[in-house]
Amino acid sequence: MPSQGSNHRRVLGSQILVCICCSAAAFADPTSPLSPTNIFAPASTPAKSIFGLSLFVLAVTGAIFLVVFTLLLYSVVKFRKTKNDDGREPPQVYGSNQVELAWTIIPILIVVALFMATARVIAVVQKTSPPSNAIAVTAIGHQFWWEYRYPGLGVVTANELHVPVSDPVHPTPTFITLLSADTDHSFWVPRLAGKTDLIPNHPNTMWIDPQETGVYLGQCAQYCGTQHAKMLLRVYVQSKDEFDGWIRQQRQPAITNDAVSEGQRIFETTACINCHTVSGTVANGRFGPDLTHLMSRDTIAAGAAANTPENLQRWILNPNTMKPGSLMPAMELNEQELDALTAYLETLR
Amino acid sequence: MSTDAMALPRTEPASRPIVARLHDWVTTVDHKRLGILYLIYALVFLLIAGVEAMIMRIQLIRPHNDFISPQVFNRMFTMHGTTMIFFVIMPVMFGFANYLIPLMIGTRDMAFPRLNAFSFWMTAFGGLLLYFSLVGANGLYGAGNAPDVGWFAYAPLTSRTFSVGHSTDFWTLALLVSGFGSIGTAVNIIATVLCMRCPGMTLAKMPLFAWLNLVMAGLVILAVSPLTAAQIMLLVDRYLGGHFFDTQAGGSAVIWMHFFWVFGHPEVYVLVIPAFAFASEIIPVFSRKPIFGYPVMVGATVAIGFISMSVWAHHMFTVGMSSAANNFFVISTMAIAVPTGIKIFNWLATMWGGKIEFKTPMLFCIAFLFQFLIAGLTGIMQGAAPFDWHLGNSYFVVAHFHYVIVGGILFALFGAFYYWFPKMSGKMYSETLGKLHFWLFLIGFHLTFDFMHIPGLLGMPRRIYTYEPGRGWDTWNLIVTIGVFFQAAGILVFLGNLLWSYFRGKAAGSDPWDGWTLEWSTNSPPPAYNFYTTPLVQSRRPLWDLKHPDDPDWKYE
Repeated sequence: MPSQGSNHRRVLGSQILVCICCSAAAFADPTSPLSPTNIFAPASTPAKSIFGLSLFVLAVTGAIFLVVFTLLLYSVVKFRKTKNDDGREPPQVYGSNQVELAWTIIPILIVVALFMATARVIAVVQKTSPPSNAIAVTAIGHQFWWEYRYPGLGVVTANELHVPVSDPVHPTPTFITLLSADTDHSFWVPRLAGKTDLIPNHPNTMWIDPQETGVYLGQCAQYCGTQHAKMLLRVYVQSKDEFDGWIRQQRQPAITNDAVSEGQRIFETTACINCHTVSGTVANGRFGPDLTHLMSRDTIAAGAAANTPENLQRWILNPNTMKPGSLMPAMELNEQELDALTAYLETLR
Repeated sequence: MSTDAMALPRTEPASRPIVARLHDWVTTVDHKRLGILYLIYALVFLLIAGVEAMIMRIQLIRPHNDFISPQVFNRMFTMHGTTMIFFVIMPVMFGFANYLIPLMIGTRDMAFPRLNAFSFWMTAFGGLLLYFSLVGANGLYGAGNAPDVGWFAYAPLTSRTFSVGHSTDFWTLALLVSGFGSIGTAVNIIATVLCMRCPGMTLAKMPLFAWLNLVMAGLVILAVSPLTAAQIMLLVDRYLGGHFFDTQAGGSAVIWMHFFWVFGHPEVYVLVIPAFAFASEIIPVFSRKPIFGYPVMVGATVAIGFISMSVWAHHMFTVGMSSAANNFFVISTMAIAVPTGIKIFNWLATMWGGKIEFKTPMLFCIAFLFQFLIAGLTGIMQGAAPFDWHLGNSYFVVAHFHYVIVGGILFALFGAFYYWFPKMSGKMYSETLGKLHFWLFLIGFHLTFDFMHIPGLLGMPRRIYTYEPGRGWDTWNLIVTIGVFFQAAGILVFLGNLLWSYFRGKAAGSDPWDGWTLEWSTNSPPPAYNFYTTPLVQSRRPLWDLKHPDDPDWKYE
């Protein structure tokens, strides 16, 4: 749960938003968060630094707006041609160097101030190097899902990123290396950090140090093809113990269960294994998500649907009904095969 | 005081068969006819691209809507963006430049009339080629026909691996062909402004309209060339085994971004500087004062031209540039706010102390000022790179650039249409319909684009054909979509007004606004040779001098 302090800041952010957007009505209830992806509800250092800068920039631009808008309104009201106009032309004024100089120098000073505030935050976010206890994750963008590899921990998973919560006093940040297997993508979880693109042949890095546990949402923010819209991001921020438990569980190979051997046979003798891995079996494809611990995930199809047996069946039968343009082919299985296959997948915990 | 006395008596051309008249239009090299062809062509594409926008907005009216498929949606945003930039705003600006520059600088035609015709037809065929993709192509993984790679077509989505079929080729070739047209027109505008001015009109005495279009034309040459180069490189990649953008073979996706945006950002100024030019002509006339600080306005425009060549990578703050590069593009981007701010202050100072008449063109220009101010300020927000790490590629940036292009450029354009329609057609438009158009479009614009900022702040990325419920985006998207219908109604009133006034409007006379630049000294519409005698000017406002021989401008300049 968010602490009182951060709740207070979130309310402040909301109120500023109201002023800027002139839309007070919809924000009437400040106790409920506006949106799980609100950039003004930061929960990690990069997002918080950006939040601070954004308040400063909003204040400066808001002040400029008020001044210039007042001048515009004043001249439109004050200098309108009146009904009983004498028909003579107003005094013809051609310019004034002093005035021009004033409205050149003042904006230059404002720009310098804005630049310095911006450069500071760029340094905070871009020049931080990973401490020795940082978690290293490699995120690989695919059409249209996310692959996560924890090189130091020997874990491979998909679509749901798990990271430990970071204590502000003894931070355990997560440093993410961003790669792409195909086209450009962008990793954007607004409450944790700004977005960074995943570009093939151009590795990028970013970092987060979430300070509250919970699930943080986001989605791909660079158009990557037909199903760009359903390439959703879920980041699970867990306590240290929960995270360690999750890692231990993810490192186990898949358990073979004789009760579902028929389903396993179907899985291993159809196209499934061309793209999917189930560790400890012959399935070692890498084009699609690793399914070794499929049932430990809350969603399927990169967050497009809840991970329920019905959704799994619909997905396997024809992915296009849930996510048109998805690159997984329809499997053309009959009902018995589908049931057996689903039963097998449900043992992959 | 009217200048009707100076205009020639109207000579009605004998009625000719329609085929002969059409033939005249197709083979014309007259700058006025080519200008009008550009305008009509752009209005047709405005309707098409507007319908594409409406289709997208209907799809986004609520979460998980299935009005259209993702494949269709992706084609719609690609076609909408490409069409609006390359086949609406650019041609419409070239149309006004073509029509007005020779009239404003007191000459008979553009410097190269045949190049002028060639350029128009290249642009025209470019647009037709783009839309021919609807019958001639298919695209991403079996997904359709029209291009669906987005208007900036990032590599490697455009490679043959990801974009099978020919839709990307239609996109590439359409931009290549219309790019040649744009460069031809730019060369023509530069040559005309530099070499064809009437006696007495030094560079310092040109109307600001000519100055600003000169800067625009310079930018076109500098900006469209790299785009053309990039399109050729893309074709080489796709058909001749090149690897410029082929990331699998060591090519670079980021190089495409640099090529595209080194075109793409100056392009924004290519579009907006002519809008500044309209405002700089219309605001003085309806405030009854000369433009405030003419030399500063020229200097600020030239400064914008130069600075705009060094800001392109602010479109790329999220691609992982070094902090040094990010800092450079922050400072250059913010620097451009200074000359832009100067221009806004000068327009305000022009209105200050004047006698403002709220005719339709002026209403549009005042709204332009207000909206361009906001667009500039949201631009500064995105110029602060870390803030842009959130805002970039979100609906905030979509709202921002529509604020520039619709709230700024299109509003100024509507002002220009109403202001010069009497000159081009000889008829006066309906002021009532003009004001109805203004208010409908103003309400629609603000409903759509004010509220579009908010889902961006709440984490909604652009180019998604649908979205999840429960993200706090639903209400905003509904309001945004409602606004679109007001805008569409406004556009229909606008087109109706033009058509009705053309056939039924009252005669406008040569100088309905009591204007000061040379185009108001000749007939409406002007004869093929423009002026009966070559004008001779002594100041920036030759008609003011004529109308006020006791107090001419040249005494003060």
